[in-house]
Amino acid sequence: MNTLTPNDYTLLLSVLLIPLLGYVVQIFVGRSLPRKGDWMLVGSMFVVMCITVYMFFVHAMGHTGSGPFWNESARTPGGPVFRWLYNTSNVPGDQNLIAGLLYDGLAASMLMVVGVVSFLVHLFSSAYMHGDRRYHIFFANISLFTFAMLGLILSDNILFLFVFWELMGFMSYLLIGHFAHDPDSPRITHAAAACKKAFLTTRVGDTCLFFGMAMFYFLLPREYNQLLEQGLIEGERALSSFRFADLWTMGGQIVEANHGDYPMWMTVAGLFTFGGTVGKSAQFPLHIWLPDAMEGPTPVSAMIHAATMVAAGVFLLGRMFPMMSPEVLQVVIAVGAFTALFAATIGCTVNDIKGVLAYSTISQLGFMVAAIGTGGLGLVAGLFHMVTHAFFKACLFLSAGSVIHGCHHEQNMQKMGGLRKKMPLTFLCMLICTLAIAGMPLFSGYYSKDRIIASVIDSTLTQWRGGNVFALVALPLAAMLTTFYMFRLIFLTFFGEPRDHHLHEHAHESPWPMTGALLGLASLGLFGGHFWLAGDPLSINGTWFTNLVEWQNMYVTSRGGSLDLTQMNMVAVGEHAEKTGHIWAIGVSMTVLALGFFAALWIYGLKKLDPARITGKLGLVYEAVRDKYYIDEVVNATVVRGTMGLAKGQTWIDENIVDGTVLGVGRLGRGLGTLCAWIDKHIVDGAVNWLANTTQALGSVVRLLQTGRIQQYISFAVGGALLLAAFHILT
Amino acid sequence: MGVEAYMGVAGMLFVLGIVCIISRRNILYVLMGIEMILNAANINFVACNRFGNGGVEGRMFAIFVIILAAAEAAVALAIVLNVFHLFQSVRPSDADMLRD
Repeated sequence: MNTLTPNDYTLLLSVLLIPLLGYVVQIFVGRSLPRKGDWMLVGSMFVVMCITVYMFFVHAMGHTGSGPFWNESARTPGGPVFRWLYNTSNVPGDQNLIAGLLYDGLAASMLMVVGVVSFLVHLFSSAYMHGDRRYHIFFANISLFTFAMLGLILSDNILFLFVFWELMGFMSYLLIGHFAHDPDSPRITHAAAACKKAFLTTRVGDTCLFFGMAMFYFLLPREYNQLLEQGLIEGERALSSFRFADLWTMGGQIVEANHGDYPMWMTVAGLFTFGGTVGKSAQFPLHIWLPDAMEGPTPVSAMIHAATMVAAGVFLLGRMFPMMSPEVLQVVIAVGAFTALFAATIGCTVNDIKGVLAYSTISQLGFMVAAIGTGGLGLVAGLFHMVTHAFFKACLFLSAGSVIHGCHHEQNMQKMGGLRKKMPLTFLCMLICTLAIAGMPLFSGYYSKDRIIASVIDSTLTQWRGGNVFALVALPLAAMLTTFYMFRLIFLTFFGEPRDHHLHEHAHESPWPMTGALLGLASLGLFGGHFWLAGDPLSINGTWFTNLVEWQNMYVTSRGGSLDLTQMNMVAVGEHAEKTGHIWAIGVSMTVLALGFFAALWIYGLKKLDPARITGKLGLVYEAVRDKYYIDEVVNATVVRGTMGLAKGQTWIDENIVDGTVLGVGRLGRGLGTLCAWIDKHIVDGAVNWLANTTQALGSVVRLLQTGRIQQYISFAVGGALLLAAFHILT
Repeated sequence: MGVEAYMGVAGMLFVLGIVCIISRRNILYVLMGIEMILNAANINFVACNRFGNGGVEGRMFAIFVIILAAAEAAVALAIVLNVFHLFQSVRPSDADMLRD
């Protein structure tokens, strides 16, 4: 099947709307439903999973045509389209806000991953969160989160991607802070601080993404139209657009007209867009929120902070990849490789079972980002790792949740040990996924991680650039540390003698919804890499997943875009170089796997070497790693303190200058009032009183004439008449 | 003998009436003073009629004045009676309520 029909789009739309509907119902009536409505959301998520899997296998995997697998509902007659602020007049910019569904290879694979993981996490939560005070709210929130994630994947424009991106950030805030609303929770203040930190830290990245988005929206059509006027591009005038397809097409033609060079501003915009990835995918230096986010319930950690939301940053990078200039990609690869190594070292020292997995997640996200930075097949490798990582890391988190559940909410690995026999299913699942993350051949993680290392080797062989070389050193080291800390976790938790007998005696296997979800995810962690493959089971070249790049290219080309937009940064991987890189990668992977495993076995499995002796020898270095390189302290000392200082300064300004001004104005008014009162009292009243007094005085004088004696009056009258007469006569 | 002589008599009579009104201590003399003034006016009317254009208006007015004086005397005596009731006195200087 080549294209989707309107009916298929309706199916995709229902994938989006079912969780939303579930949320609305749950938030209003969830409390009064039987079992607080969890069956409804688990059921709806089951439907979502079935649809996504069906769509994936029938349409994406079944894509046989020669054209690209690329479906936009906005360009399909009868497909669902959302026109926002749309007018029908032919004004430039009137198609800015057409939003529809985009279902290409990337969306298809990610949609399936989210559908499956989301269902299994819902199932797991129904047992894990049992008895929680805010059980129904938890389900409502996680359902709305799923809606946001699915919407982000299906958005065909970056504006709606951003809207869903922000909604996810907010749901993440609510879910991390789940226990912050439970007055009985012992970690209420931690949860409140963690959700605040996560929200504010990712907001930094989101702001960057917003800048990048705005730059592409405004500058891309301007530059395109300028080149059009100069005759360097043929075609029609372009309108501003948020749509990925339009961005790619315009970007490709601009780059082609510039003879393969990206304009300077595109580098800047690309860096801003990458900033969004840094925030959401917890890359250095904005990674600090993810370890703290473990304050949320474990299913939330599994779904949001391992499998889906943090992968959204990588997803964004994949979507915007054609817009990334080579300079940006160098930054991407450097940041990714550094994060991978940096977080892996911290992961070796953490004792909290969820903390290890949190740093592991940061590290693995670094792998993905670095892989995408190498371009070309590295993009495929990074996105592929995003998919496999979602399965096995969700499984690892849920296993950790199962362990925590079985151990009555004890999270410190140093107190566990010997749980293998108590929790056999959990142990089995965790072991499978540990092998997957370590890159054991034939486990899903092997294919993606191996491909990442191969991409780094290939890109270094063709382009001897700083970022590539750094990644070449950092990523195998990080892979070795990954194996080490994961087996450290396994040995400390499941092997050896129980270190806390009380804990051990009360430990128990989890109920069926939890183990069922674990087994489902573990089988995906085991086989999740295989069904993308065709032919050579040790390589992903020429498989369905590599078609992602091909399809992007084909689509852009078919719309008049550059031939090489998505290949611009692709290493010219010839048959020979490919084989070389791949064979080297197998060697490197196997070596680091063996080294990491035997180190963990030696120290934690067989206890031939006391960890304390190593840490003692490392001294300050160990302390720095254990304290997470003091990043939190540095951030606290600079950003947080700075902000606080700024706030204090503003308080001072407010209290002294603003309030002072207000008070001064008040005092001035009062002074003026006093003056006016004085004037009123003494001058105005004085005048009136003077008049009255004078009149009274005059009256008292004139009063003397008023005797009441009629004869006297007559005398006056006669006198007056005589005077008048005299006056008359004399003049 | 011309009109001046009559007028001189009338003037003297008028001045005597005024002086009587102003100076007498009995209200009845004051009334008499008023009568004298009215009669002074009458003399003027009659004299001016005699030496005038030979009409009868002057004599007519003199008759009116006499009638008026009679009416006035009646009213004035009533007032005097009330004043005496009120103040138990016929002295004009005692009736000084107008001052208030």
